[in-house]
Amino acid sequence: MVGTALFFLFAGFAIMCAISMVYHKNPLYSAISLVGVFISLSCIYITLAAPFIAAVQILIYAGAIMVLVVFVIMLLNLDDDSGPNRLKYLYTLGGGLGVVLLAQTFFIFYAVMRASNVPSDQTLSAGKTLTIGQAMYTEYLLPVEIVGILLLMAIIGSVMLARRLAQPQLEIVVERESELRNDEQ
Amino acid sequence: MEPSLASYLALSGILFTIGAVGVIFKRNALGMFMCIELMLNAVNLTFVAFSRYYGDTTGQLFVFMVMSVAAAEAAVGLGIIIAFFRNKQSIDVDEASILKN
Repeated sequence: MVGTALFFLFAGFAIMCAISMVYHKNPLYSAISLVGVFISLSCIYITLAAPFIAAVQILIYAGAIMVLVVFVIMLLNLDDDSGPNRLKYLYTLGGGLGVVLLAQTFFIFYAVMRASNVPSDQTLSAGKTLTIGQAMYTEYLLPVEIVGILLLMAIIGSVMLARRLAQPQLEIVVERESELRNDEQ
Repeated sequence: MEPSLASYLALSGILFTIGAVGVIFKRNALGMFMCIELMLNAVNLTFVAFSRYYGDTTGQLFVFMVMSVAAAEAAVGLGIIIAFFRNKQSIDVDEASILKN
């Protein structure tokens, strides 16, 4: 009974924060609402017997990613949004997509409701950090390595993107490039 | 008494819907970025719920992978947003129309 009450509490909080995130025009309010979603999802992970994922959710999402987002919001110093002059068909498209996805959600809800499901007994070991670590470094070593390479590429790519190439430097680079091409010919 | 698997899937579906509609409705790039993060989190919730109900660690492992990809996406995406702001002095995605016409 307590589990159900906690689930509905955190689910309601998550949905309210998500709606508030889409509703607010100011990016900073959106970011704070998104942190609320992350924290309530983390609480739901704890009720699902996944303490490692709950901790990582707080550390990576609420800790790292959202700090980065808030840092960018502060860095850009945005003014408030102007009025809506967006193409009208986008609103129709968005509303239609929302209705279709909600219908799909309720279909899945009723389809899964009919199938009887009881939480498995092995779950108490499934969420432990030890089990996840053992699976990560034996069975799923290749995906972990690929994720490592992906993160390295992301670091290099973001540094290259954020680097400001001043105009004289850019000209030098272009000149050298064209000289090299002439030499090759 | 635990909530059923169907309620977790319903919560995840509702969060995903809000995120998907938000991506289309939002005008600034940062808002769209945050809606994409919300959709990734909704998918993570289904992974963890299935992992709990089938007693399998693999679901939680892939949540970890999704989080790593989201971190990489955050780094690159915010870099693109800063580069875009430097050129246009705005992060309104409607301004990104150089390729039009």
